[in-house]
Amino acid sequence: MILGLTWLIAFQLLGEVTVRLLDVAVPGPVVGMLYLFVFLRLRRPAADAPVVRAGSGLLRHLQLFFVPAGVGMVAYLGVLGDDWLPIAGAMVGSWFLGLVVVGWTAVGLERLLGQPRDDQPLEAR
Amino acid sequence: MTGPLLVPLVGAADTLLEVARSPLGLLGVTLGGYQAGRWLQRRARDHAAVQPVLVAIVVAGLAITLLDVDYADYRSATELIAFWLGPATVALAIPLHSQADRLRGFVVPLLVAVALGAAVSITSAVFLARWLGAGETLEKTLSTKAATTPVAIGLTESLGGIPSLAAVFAISIGIFSAIVGPATLNLLRIRDRRARGLAMGAVSHGVGASRMLREHETEGAFAGLAMGLSALAISLLLPLLALWLF
Repeated sequence: MILGLTWLIAFQLLGEVTVRLLDVAVPGPVVGMLYLFVFLRLRRPAADAPVVRAGSGLLRHLQLFFVPAGVGMVAYLGVLGDDWLPIAGAMVGSWFLGLVVVGWTAVGLERLLGQPRDDQPLEAR
Repeated sequence: MTGPLLVPLVGAADTLLEVARSPLGLLGVTLGGYQAGRWLQRRARDHAAVQPVLVAIVVAGLAITLLDVDYADYRSATELIAFWLGPATVALAIPLHSQADRLRGFVVPLLVAVALGAAVSITSAVFLARWLGAGETLEKTLSTKAATTPVAIGLTESLGGIPSLAAVFAISIGIFSAIVGPATLNLLRIRDRRARGLAMGAVSHGVGASRMLREHETEGAFAGLAMGLSALAISLLLPLLALWLF
């Protein structure tokens, strides 16, 4: 467990160093994710390798790690009362437009380029 | 009526409150709220409305309100939990690696869709907020909400919005998306698992990805990828769009 976590933190550190050296606005962990992806493609570790086990363990509880920042809602509830309409409208409206644009663009381009659609039956959900 | 018998009781209550307000107590409340959320999720047979992150936020939010703890104190007490968001983000490479074969023939649609999605997310948030009567600070803070929290915080700061509020917006829309996203994708007739994951990750970052990881490995993998690429696209596009928007 600790060995796997050490690997993950090492890739995150590499990401942080890259981001600072290049002075880009992307977070270190996102760059660390790309490094780990390249590492996994090259080394192809087994499914029970420490880094895979530790990483999958963390991903099962991804939601937990958002809780501390999310509790900030409480601190802002009072302040946001007056502006609830533009906030809710902009968030939900722009969320929906983003979902439509990304989903339909990806599916549309796939068809245009003649690639298989990898469908799943709707009834199954 | 503080009789001599009540003194030890009052003392014990004070001690309990003190422990509850300590970093350990606040960590316990947060983890307890999260476990309660997972229990509810199992009880509700994975019903979309029950997301452990939301249950935990409500429990911890109530607790710090009742205990009269400042949010800043709560935040530093629970740094130990928030810290793991970084390594967990790195770990999103793992589902992507096991799904890498499905990238074939999907790279161009994926890149175009994410770039368009980032532009639409930013501009539509700003224009909708303006149309509904928000001020400029709020427009700026809302413009980053589709990005993962560290990106939303950093970009909002450089734009002149309210960084901690940007984090709250990003997580709120993430939770909203985790609840209604997959059903909305069904309504939109988007059935390719890669496109479903991509759309969710692009509009609701890690929180959306956590929901998709529970649905299907392909959807989770592409949501994680979309989260990373959208962070990149939003970081690159926002400074340019800001010249025109504000």
